[in-house]
Amino acid sequence: MNIHEYQAKEIFRKYGVPTPRGGVAFSGPEARKVAEELGGDLWVVKAQIHAGGRGKAGGVKLARSLDEVEKFAEELIGTTLVTHQTGPEGKEVKKVYIEEGADIKSEYYLGMVLDRALEMPVMMASTEGGMEIEEVAAKTPEKIIKVAIDPTIGFQGFHARKLAFGLGLGKDEQKEFIKFASALYNVYMDNDAEMIEINPLIKTGDGKFLALDAKMGFDDNALYRHPDISDMRDLDEEEPTEIEAKKYGLSYIKLDGDVGCMVNGAGLAMATMDIIKHEGGEPANFLDVGGGANPDTVAKGFEIILSDPNVKSIFVNIFGGIVRCDRIANGILQATQKVEVNVPVVVRLDGTNAKEAAEILRNANIKNIIPAENLEDGAKKAVAAAKGEA
Amino acid sequence: MSILVNKDTKVIVQGFTGKEGTFHAQQCMDYGTNIVGGVTPNKGGMTHLGKPVFNTVEEAVKATGANVSLIFVPPAFVADAVMEAADAGIDLAVIITEGAPVRDMMYAKMYATKKGMKTIGPNCPGVITAEECKIGIMPGFIFKKGNVGLISKSGTLTYEAANQVCNEGLGITTAVGIGGDPIIGLSYKELLQMFEDDPETEAIVMIGEIGGDLEIQAAKFIKENIKKPVVAFIAGQTAPKGKRMGHAGAIISGGSGTAAEKMAALEEAGVKVVKSPAEIGKAVREVLS
Repeated sequence: MNIHEYQAKEIFRKYGVPTPRGGVAFSGPEARKVAEELGGDLWVVKAQIHAGGRGKAGGVKLARSLDEVEKFAEELIGTTLVTHQTGPEGKEVKKVYIEEGADIKSEYYLGMVLDRALEMPVMMASTEGGMEIEEVAAKTPEKIIKVAIDPTIGFQGFHARKLAFGLGLGKDEQKEFIKFASALYNVYMDNDAEMIEINPLIKTGDGKFLALDAKMGFDDNALYRHPDISDMRDLDEEEPTEIEAKKYGLSYIKLDGDVGCMVNGAGLAMATMDIIKHEGGEPANFLDVGGGANPDTVAKGFEIILSDPNVKSIFVNIFGGIVRCDRIANGILQATQKVEVNVPVVVRLDGTNAKEAAEILRNANIKNIIPAENLEDGAKKAVAAAKGEA
Repeated sequence: MSILVNKDTKVIVQGFTGKEGTFHAQQCMDYGTNIVGGVTPNKGGMTHLGKPVFNTVEEAVKATGANVSLIFVPPAFVADAVMEAADAGIDLAVIITEGAPVRDMMYAKMYATKKGMKTIGPNCPGVITAEECKIGIMPGFIFKKGNVGLISKSGTLTYEAANQVCNEGLGITTAVGIGGDPIIGLSYKELLQMFEDDPETEAIVMIGEIGGDLEIQAAKFIKENIKKPVVAFIAGQTAPKGKRMGHAGAIISGGSGTAAEKMAALEEAGVKVVKSPAEIGKAVREVLS
């Protein structure tokens, strides 16, 4: 789960990671009020969406008066921001963050993530603040300094010094930086973060470090022990069909093709998308119905797949292990009575009781249901059906 | 021969008396697995499925001589269960539980390694040596005895692959579902070496997916160490860029999380990589003939 910049900064402050002062606003007048309370004569109005690249897309504006703060906030709220991370459809801005202006002397990058190969968190720093970090990694990987941190010893001075020397910081700056980095380590570990990114981290004219931006993602499996963070979930930032699917224990991701897929198991679901492409079609979605596929989940699966108007055929690909195929076949028949399925459905059931299942589908004799022998046969038939060749 | 487990393996089940533990322990016993008991705190002294229940893993090991533990405890307690097994001297823990926090598994894996205990999973179907010993939740009947070793990140795709291999008239020595979580126990490298050393295994099937760079590491390892033929399939060739992958994640893997890169690396290492998941069985037949 990801959160907004303003929420990440709230967490930062709790741990003593310095950030500029600021507040969130949902309207122009609210934004003016926040700016008034902050004081000063320079403010930044920032669109709050879960995507990077806001600056380039016009989602971050510098205001030199309270009138400008109000004007910019009003302009931003309600617009759809298209950045390189939102996709072409963009994301609607529903709130803005008003922050005091900062005296930027230099910009850096600081981030933390799990290194899957080392099986421990790493902290990364770079002097190329404000740049896309992937770009830095591709063009000048030597400008990224990484330290792996064994959690059994925690964040030590030597970790911080390695980063500080790598950034070329002077003696006085090092002290400030070390304080900043160790507080950030605590934010990461205490909250079961999956990723933290500060880009840019700035050094101010008086030698202080401030998190000018903040991006945070969390381990979904650990949210149960962080109710305060779970409460930060912003459903506006998620696909409505994906949220709906999750309620029924289904995992759904919409794609751009026209062959709908319903599969048990994430690996087989991905493989099913792959084979559809391999046979000359385009998958319309990823859908894992999980281990306990039953009439209700199958019906819901059909409903969700068919909510996508592009879908021209559906490939149901179930490898029954502990779940018996005959039960799934009956589930499919019941589901087609609950939900109106107006596209061809190719059904491949293999594994436990596959023969009985095929018998059930044959006897039901529903014109929309096309039985398939195996994975390849099913994919071919589903692709043909989507092209109107069935 | 086979790897990791066989008919002499003595298994205890942690989370034995729960719904999942009960159902799957019974299925394993029906398959022929030598389950010698189970552990559920505060239920010590009971008999469940005809086997003794203990309060602690230590007691269970002392009384039964168990060397492998099959773990079904809920995600919030799974790290504790794994560390308890390691502390009690278990050789191999098979962790089925789905949804374990990454931070917990990080500590559990470190402690297991320190104690010399191997782990498989979490979030995996387990391990099966065909027609001898099933320690997990896979449908046992698919796995006919043969000479193909199988390593996979995914559950149902493991069944699909095993089924294809057996439909070609071949069979499986041992199949291991390593799980798809960010931190897992035994991985491709260790298992490839075990299959290489197993005289009965003549070919190896490796099934991977997008994310991380385990398959890339495996490719390097195969090139240098594995003489037996390897067939691979990587799931997710058509998957969109992961939503949960932040910038930082992309940097660590050095941009090596895509299916295309993994497939290229494996091909370069001499592995027979199939593009279609329907071609796994056929490819195995080819490399063996």
